[in-house]
Amino acid sequence: MHLLPILSENRSLKKLYKIIRPALLFLLFTNVLGQISGGPIRIGAKNFNEGYLLGEILAQLLEHHGFSVVRQFNLGGTLVCFEALKNGEIDMYPEYSGTIAEQILRGQQDLSLAEIRTAVGENFGLNISPSYGFNNTYAMAVKRDLAIRYDLQNISDLADLPDLRMAFSYEFLERQDGWKNLSGVYQLPQKPVGIEHGLAYQALVEDQIDLIDIYSTDGEISRYDLFILEDDRHFFPEYQAVTFYRTGLPSSVIRIVNLLSNRFDEAQIQELNAQVVFAGKPYSEVARNFLSGMHLITDTGEPSRVHLLSDISEKTLEHLELTFIALLGAMLVAIPAGISVYNTPVIAKPLLYISGLLQTIPSIALLALMIPLFGIGVLPAVIALFLYALLPLLRNTIVALFGIDPVLKKVATGIGLTRWQRLRYVEIPLAIPTIVAGIRTAAVINVGTATLAAFIGAGGLGEFIVTGLSLNNTGMILKGAIPAVLLAFMIELIFELIEKIMVPRHLRQKIAR
Amino acid sequence: MNAVSYHKISHNFETTQVLSKISFDILKNEILVIIGRSGSGKSTLLQMINGLILPTEGHIEIFEEKIDYPNITKLRLGIGYLVQGAALFPHMNVRQNISILARINGISPEKTELRIDTLLRLVDLDPAYLSKYPHQLSGGEQQRVGICRAMMLDPKIFLLDEPFAALDPTTKFEIHRELLALQKAEPRTIVMVTHDLQEAVKLADRILILEKGVIQQLDQTGNILNKPANAFVANFIREQIIEKAI
Repeated sequence: MHLLPILSENRSLKKLYKIIRPALLFLLFTNVLGQISGGPIRIGAKNFNEGYLLGEILAQLLEHHGFSVVRQFNLGGTLVCFEALKNGEIDMYPEYSGTIAEQILRGQQDLSLAEIRTAVGENFGLNISPSYGFNNTYAMAVKRDLAIRYDLQNISDLADLPDLRMAFSYEFLERQDGWKNLSGVYQLPQKPVGIEHGLAYQALVEDQIDLIDIYSTDGEISRYDLFILEDDRHFFPEYQAVTFYRTGLPSSVIRIVNLLSNRFDEAQIQELNAQVVFAGKPYSEVARNFLSGMHLITDTGEPSRVHLLSDISEKTLEHLELTFIALLGAMLVAIPAGISVYNTPVIAKPLLYISGLLQTIPSIALLALMIPLFGIGVLPAVIALFLYALLPLLRNTIVALFGIDPVLKKVATGIGLTRWQRLRYVEIPLAIPTIVAGIRTAAVINVGTATLAAFIGAGGLGEFIVTGLSLNNTGMILKGAIPAVLLAFMIELIFELIEKIMVPRHLRQKIAR
Repeated sequence: MNAVSYHKISHNFETTQVLSKISFDILKNEILVIIGRSGSGKSTLLQMINGLILPTEGHIEIFEEKIDYPNITKLRLGIGYLVQGAALFPHMNVRQNISILARINGISPEKTELRIDTLLRLVDLDPAYLSKYPHQLSGGEQQRVGICRAMMLDPKIFLLDEPFAALDPTTKFEIHRELLALQKAEPRTIVMVTHDLQEAVKLADRILILEKGVIQQLDQTGNILNKPANAFVANFIREQIIEKAI
């Protein structure tokens, strides 16, 4: 297993590869205009169960018709997918009409599919397919026995049950099409509490709570035999599943995409979701069975594509690649910057503030900000990690240099060292222990943050974690999390060794003091 | 020939005047000790010579040439400098500390080795110390290494800024002896700052007594003790003698 590519045999080749790979990817991305004719179809998917499943169905359908396909799954949410699509980083992804209306067209919820198609075409040069035939909207779910006990049919029936215990996802509590307006429209008196969506079903099944918000296509509905209350006042907007795609695609591709129109209903997508979430089937298999059941493809038995669970070592290698390219870049920038700042202290503070500010941007937001600038994939992830690594490196370099005993600096000057000689022979050697500690901090931060890079399609161990989280699959989460933890641990050990070699003991003690 | 000449030197630190219009000469190859209480300005006066502190007014000549501040580094290589605690570079061993100036100024390794040998003998330090690090040395040993580092390039002037203040009396006694031996073997202009009259009397050819940025008396050691120029000097000497007696 090549856990440490630097130490493996083809050292220089691999190094070279590591260095040129981002450049190659950059070229690939900047070359997207040439994408229209030929080249693979790049399919995105949001990082949740149904997103993967629909993305995979699209992918296999196109592959069946002879197109080569690149899967950019695991994209972190609507914003990331939409930015990637708008910037031509992906060609299509499955989306929901209500989401497009609310989050992309900004709050015009009651748009029809035709109106949405016109709006995204005019504003962004994008298009949507006809509906897949199902509506994945919010719904109110209770256990069947409770519905029978209180004779519940509609959401309006809830107005007579003020003591019903409700728990909603935090998102639902806040959204325009969530509780705030729902309770107004239906005059509901209850006081709901917030709950993490992943835990809501469990709490409902165990009678901890009586009513939760769900997505109407969740696999849990059939599994737990839940009762969905009728939205009798038509409060919830339509969330018709569609393919969201770039207008420049060849008509042959669009014709194939449109084969999915009205192929599903809610019960069917619930069943497919349940197969992935509860039966633990790989979504590639569920997708293939569905497509062959619909006679949209002929089942060739074994899937031709790469296995979903690709090798841990490959992902570890990708992870290290992300981490160390970013770290190396940050070292090349931050350490010289720290040193030059030391010679002009006026800019030290502003620079530290700026890099400190970068650090406070939530990782996922920073990654999302990278997309309009650098697209998706390795490059934006490396740049984001690079920005995160700057602060510890810059701060430690500056603090180390300013922290050197002023008497030593005075004597070095007094005996006749030039400013540069003083830096070279006295200050930098004395600053090295603190700088190495900064590199160590940056490396560990990067290994951790790099797991989030999977959200923008950069690969790495985060792919297991993100997929595992979305599918509620602990085994898969651990497949990413354990190597990531081991990596962080190994980095700590390696740096401990480096410090032992590079820093004489008495200086180490001095730092500790 | 004068080694150092002060011409109407004043120095202000923020709003206080540390030195006011000081003029005097330091003779070639003499040991001049500047003595005074804390805050008298004695260390400031010393650091004017190697340009660590600049005069607010007036100018200084070294061997009858005005200090060329843009090229001060070259001047400093001809001026040895030793401070309290020696301030050896903690990441370098004794050999590296002593030879740093030779190394970065292109002196050949053979010459450097010869010089190290000579200096170690003069300060009575065993060559086994060369591979040790500063934290492994006693205070007196550190000061001896400090002297060697300052003397590496055989400077014409040697500045000592209260170097021995923290040493115990026995060690101080030994190191004084070595400093005088060094002066005998390699005569040079030595300027030393101290607040210890006994040390001054023992080492100095001439003593300069400074108070509130003004020279109170500059004279042969004997004259300072026997013919104090004013009440401050007389009082200063009496205080120091009583303090030592107690």
